[in-house]
Amino acid sequence: MKNEITITVNGEKHTAEVENRLLLVHLIRENLALTGTHIGCDTSNCGACTILVNGKSVKSCTILAVQANGKEISTVEGLSPGGELNALQEGFKENHGLHCGFCTPGMLMRATELLEQNPNPTEEEIRWGISGNLCRCTGYNNIVKAIQYASAKLRGVELPSTEPDFV
Amino acid sequence: MIKCKTSKEISGMGHSMKRKEDARFLKGKGNYVDDIKLPGMLHMDIVRSPYAYAKIVKINAEEALKIPGVIAVVTGKDLEQYNLHWMPTLMSDTQMVLPTDTVMYQAQEVAAVIATDRYAARDGKEAVMVEYEPMKPLMDPKKSMDEDAPLLRPDKEGQTNNHIWHWEAGDREATEKVFNEADVVVKEHMHIPRIHVASIETCGCVADYDKVENHLTMYMTTQAPHAIRTVIALVAGHVGLTEEKVRVISPDIGGGFGGKVPVYPGYVIAIAVSFLVGKPIKWVEDRSENLQADSFARDYHIDAEMAADKNGKILATRFKVLADHGYTDASANPSKFPTGLFSIGTGSYDYGTAFMEADAVYTNKPPGGVAYRCSFRVTEAVHAIERMTDRLALEIGKDPAQLRFENFIKKDQFPWKSPTGWEYDSGDYHAGLELAMKAIDYEGLRKEQVEKRANGEMMGIGISTFTEIVGAGPSKDFDILGIKMFDSAEIRVHPTGKAIARFGTKSQGQGHETTYAQIIAEELGIPAEHIQIEEGDTDTAPYGLGTYASRSTPTAGAAAAMAARKLRDKAKKIAAHLLEVSEDDLEWEPGKFSVKGAPEKSKTIQEIVFASYTNHPQGMEAGFEATHYYDPPNLTFPSGAYICVVDIDKETCEIKVRRFVAIDDCGNIINPMIVQGQVHGGLTQGIAPAMYEELIYDEAGNILNGTFMDYLVPTAVESPKWETGHTVTPSPHHPIGAKGVGESPTVGAPPAIANAIVDALSVHGVTHMEIPITPFKVWKELQKRGVFDKE
Repeated sequence: MKNEITITVNGEKHTAEVENRLLLVHLIRENLALTGTHIGCDTSNCGACTILVNGKSVKSCTILAVQANGKEISTVEGLSPGGELNALQEGFKENHGLHCGFCTPGMLMRATELLEQNPNPTEEEIRWGISGNLCRCTGYNNIVKAIQYASAKLRGVELPSTEPDFV
Repeated sequence: MIKCKTSKEISGMGHSMKRKEDARFLKGKGNYVDDIKLPGMLHMDIVRSPYAYAKIVKINAEEALKIPGVIAVVTGKDLEQYNLHWMPTLMSDTQMVLPTDTVMYQAQEVAAVIATDRYAARDGKEAVMVEYEPMKPLMDPKKSMDEDAPLLRPDKEGQTNNHIWHWEAGDREATEKVFNEADVVVKEHMHIPRIHVASIETCGCVADYDKVENHLTMYMTTQAPHAIRTVIALVAGHVGLTEEKVRVISPDIGGGFGGKVPVYPGYVIAIAVSFLVGKPIKWVEDRSENLQADSFARDYHIDAEMAADKNGKILATRFKVLADHGYTDASANPSKFPTGLFSIGTGSYDYGTAFMEADAVYTNKPPGGVAYRCSFRVTEAVHAIERMTDRLALEIGKDPAQLRFENFIKKDQFPWKSPTGWEYDSGDYHAGLELAMKAIDYEGLRKEQVEKRANGEMMGIGISTFTEIVGAGPSKDFDILGIKMFDSAEIRVHPTGKAIARFGTKSQGQGHETTYAQIIAEELGIPAEHIQIEEGDTDTAPYGLGTYASRSTPTAGAAAAMAARKLRDKAKKIAAHLLEVSEDDLEWEPGKFSVKGAPEKSKTIQEIVFASYTNHPQGMEAGFEATHYYDPPNLTFPSGAYICVVDIDKETCEIKVRRFVAIDDCGNIINPMIVQGQVHGGLTQGIAPAMYEELIYDEAGNILNGTFMDYLVPTAVESPKWETGHTVTPSPHHPIGAKGVGESPTVGAPPAIANAIVDALSVHGVTHMEIPITPFKVWKELQKRGVFDKE
């Protein structure tokens, strides 16, 4: 069974004929060749495939491509259209919020929505906010710092130190 | 602050340089195996056994082959025709690629389905009908050697029972004598449970065999691309895939932690099928397959004993290990070390007598084991020694910090010969523990604990002061399948002073593209920003043994420094030629040579490099390139002092890690930001087995938690806010005085957490808890002791 769907991904409109059972993550990765969105599990626990659907963070392995028909989708490739890192990407780089980089796109997309809902989250709110995204490398301390940095930058307040507190 | 010899512009050692590799990952432009898409590429999915032990009666692929898109179903019988149905493990055991008659563990590969896309392959997998005759599996390693145990490996010549090997270290008789005469002997049985590395990227490959060129390009999630190339050539040389015809490319790797060292059947099947059909084959396992079938880590049952005098002076230790390797010994250890570096288990303490032995057995569990962010079985050893040290302190009523201070090897005793034969290079254990105690206010915490206990509250403080052993290794002892464990670096500086350097290792997140550039920048004064680092392509990189066991800095990092020093020697000759002075009249500062006493007469490294292509001295070889293969004279011995504070809820038994201070000593630090990041990550992989993770099987051989729904990888909520710091005791034998660090925290953290929990529960008579220590386990233990009855 195939259906034609139209979705907007990072501002660009795509029409595709897809099997009803095609997962959105496969549409994004394979049909649209946007491989920044990753697959890390088969039970919707890891969050590596997190994207935004109409501004809301969604694990793209949990929804079908046909369910995204008519929706606006943002992936990691759309975060910095001008080439310069955006506040969150910069936060991750400045604070060493990534090691292998595999969970990073999902973390960035989840954090994008988190900061939109709550521009100045506490550490605990950040930790709960990203608890649907697993990272195996970083131990999360620096991901929290990265999101705090982005929060400060977006609010236009003084940026926290990015020096490692490794004394 | 760490003192740096170079400016921030050069960013040599000690600078927290931001990572050069980050941009592509942040923009979604990383290139992982599953991102590779080749023309004509087919997809492979694998049919797996629902049984832990069964005869295969029949495999019927008829229905599967009717599915549109399904091209072939490959079984063990098909591979048998090419003698590709078995493969060697890294430990010289053997493993089925695909079975011809018997399956030996649940989720074992049974057949492969090849199809035009992922979905058709999965449909085909569901439609392959396999008829099994199930048998009663052997799941308990303690029963492996029973008279009535089934013989699991009749395929191995001379194998008459399920015993794999026996290993020992130290002195059995001398140890027994000390134990017989000691004032105090403490004992515990501990199981270091079976766990899984669970890197967020699973394993996979694209095998691309070109029939015209008779050439295989293998894109693969591997931590050791060169070793894999050699293994492929050894296994498939007889069908024409000799080593020059094989190119292994390890692209960006989404976490390794040891799980991407072994060769899994899926890789071999993909190669075999690509070889037969002449098309690229992609195989990427899903998470459940990854957890259920890929190499596990740990699974050591340890009887640990410690002997001491009445004051708590440690006199001897004795560890007896039962190692459950599952269906085959597929460990990723150096060949001569069946228990890896377990014999580091005498720890950070000054005593001269120890004995350790281990026996490995087969069971009907998946094969292994790999390291889980640990240098070859060091975590198991450190858990045993650090738990027993606390056990002794509890027994004689001495503060565990005090007991450690009294037993530590002293700074001036290095190099120190351990009773199991290691020579520790350097360390300052007293300084580390003093710093950790100060950072966490140990005295204050002990006072608080007294008050809390008076109120019936459970608060615990746990210490772990461990010694790691990393950087395999000296080639006289260390090899993998005969290949010596050196590593390599090749530096090529272009005429304009910018460089590319290639290595035999392979980063999986460790930040090599930054840290290796910093090492070269330190030695040559070329800004790290101008040095491109490349790894993971066997056609371009010099041969190396790969990245695992915290060996990259100790081996390839050293190779980078040595190769750079060769270039600096050449630079000096060129500078002398350009400045028309003798070499002895020159002095070096990062980035330039100048004439002694006339600093205005100088040549920058960039000018010198340019001259090496445009104006080099007659008779000298042109160009500016060097290669070095580094064979370390010894391993490096990083150490750490960790202190953990837990609070346990009286009613729910919920365990909260209130604080965790980790002081690490990895010698000279290349990039503090990256070292700290490694420590954070390692600590979270330390709390994981201490409190959350364990692969659990039932008696019928079913895995009970083979998905991310029930295998509990810590999230940002479970992971505490780590507090970290360092001391610096350089390695005396390493060219830049560095030691490995990536795995120290995973090794050191579990006993600190277990010791803290046992400390909290010790008021109720608890002396030991098996990891992972869950609230339910605590509740059961307290229930058993009637703690709730009293209230």
